[in-house]
Amino acid sequence: MRVPGLTYTSREEVDVYRFSWPVSLGLPLVMVAAQAFLPVRIPALGVFDFGLLLTIFFAISRRSPVSGLLTGAVIGILQDCLTRTPVGVFGIAKTLVGFGASSIGIKFDVENIGTRFLLTFFFYVIHSAVVLAIQRLLMGQAIHLNLGHAAGASMLNSLLAVFLFALLDRLKIRE
Amino acid sequence: MNFFSRHKNVMILAVVLLAQLLALAVQIRRQTDEGSVRLIRFAVVKALAPFERAMIHAGTGLRGVWNNYLDLRHVSAENNDLRRQLNDLHLQRDREQEDARQARRIQALLDFKENWIDKTVAAQIIGTSGVENAHLLTLDKGAADGIKPDMAVITPDGAAGKILNVVGEHVSQMLLINDQTSGLGATLVKSRLQGIVKGTPEGQVTLNYIMGDENVQAGEAIITSGGDHVFPRGLPVGTVTKVGMGRNLFLDIQVKPAVQLNRLEEVLIVTEQKPREPDVTGLGPIRAIDLVSQRLPGLPQSTPAEGAPAPNSASQNGVPPNAATPKTATPGAKPPSVTPQVAKPQSAVPQNNPPRRTAPPVVPAANAAPHPAGGAR
Repeated sequence: MRVPGLTYTSREEVDVYRFSWPVSLGLPLVMVAAQAFLPVRIPALGVFDFGLLLTIFFAISRRSPVSGLLTGAVIGILQDCLTRTPVGVFGIAKTLVGFGASSIGIKFDVENIGTRFLLTFFFYVIHSAVVLAIQRLLMGQAIHLNLGHAAGASMLNSLLAVFLFALLDRLKIRE
Repeated sequence: MNFFSRHKNVMILAVVLLAQLLALAVQIRRQTDEGSVRLIRFAVVKALAPFERAMIHAGTGLRGVWNNYLDLRHVSAENNDLRRQLNDLHLQRDREQEDARQARRIQALLDFKENWIDKTVAAQIIGTSGVENAHLLTLDKGAADGIKPDMAVITPDGAAGKILNVVGEHVSQMLLINDQTSGLGATLVKSRLQGIVKGTPEGQVTLNYIMGDENVQAGEAIITSGGDHVFPRGLPVGTVTKVGMGRNLFLDIQVKPAVQLNRLEEVLIVTEQKPREPDVTGLGPIRAIDLVSQRLPGLPQSTPAEGAPAPNSASQNGVPPNAATPKTATPGAKPPSVTPQVAKPQSAVPQNNPPRRTAPPVVPAANAAPHPAGGAR
């Protein structure tokens, strides 16, 4: 499928992919479960947001804003259900990330490792900013912003994204 | 091309965001989970629990193989260390047993009752919230195991949290004491000041509502006060690490939790607590004079002859000569001559008392209450 308009990619075509139903439904569940389980054994793994990485991956692979925002909303709401915060905090943040990533994915060569790293870093920061804004402005909660920790977490998530996306690429089906 | 098809993506984004914002507003207004939100939340936790349980069991199996067969290199050295520790602990136990007996006698005289842990259920942690600033854990025990909301969750090291939701027959969620929405009644062991231990947004633990003019030192231990009606009295909570002047005339006291909250794997849920008088059977007859003499180390060994004037040390403490009336005391009785002496042991503060802001009188450490969690687990 050819995507019209100017793209910042050296390739003539920008591919659009889809995923099988088991992958589309099962992978978010597995990722959210893994995110809830892994810190029990290795607390340091709590820094990774597998839900966010999966939202970005689906969004840039499908390159459909509607699909991206809906995937983000579902994964975000799943995460909300595991926390004590009202349902919607992570839902809203990931909806925006899903929409943004799929919209940007149309313009860039998202198969490139560098692009994937930068995209993930950018959207991790956006996601954190939206969550903090909702918690502070809508919910009136006291928030704690540790910039060093946030920067480190963004870097680590971006690094993981490079490897994780390479693995998940095997699940893609070209349209 | 009409307006809708041209701006379809943005319009769908707006609708999805608006729906979530509305849902958020409704939940924030209600403050509690109700109806469909509660159902969705419980459904997700229940749906994920089997995955988590399977992963935990797989991990435990692998770890068991490692621990039982492969990682036996340091066992001998570790055994020697443990033997040394055991010897030290035996000595410490002998010293403390006598203190405990004395404290139980005093409690019996004061008709003191406290909540003892009667029954606990061991639970394994199978999941977290997956979010760094939400200190919520998923446990593998639920309604079928007698778990109910607001039950205390402890470890051998001390208080860890409380049950927040019972999601299913074999799934529940606990809130850790370092969550900013949690609260735990606590007492400073040395100064006996009472406050509330809460979490902060960073996941730290603080002791709140201690007046700014109080003298609290770093290193002081904190135990549960029992005043929250969730935790039994006397469980270790943590140690004061830093004291500073906070806002609103209260001290800003930072606490290092006794339990390693980010490394919990197994916990005990306190399913039953009963108010009980201390057991004094086997401690021998309780004579008031014994108590008085134990509390007055300066008292001469030889008892003065009947009718002779009492030594100064005794009369200064308000104990008349021949204070041993009655000669024996039954649990619950309050001999009038003894009451002034033993009415203020720190361990005997009823748990419903309001937090005290003034420094208490100094009391010998021997009067410390026996650990309620240890006696009846």
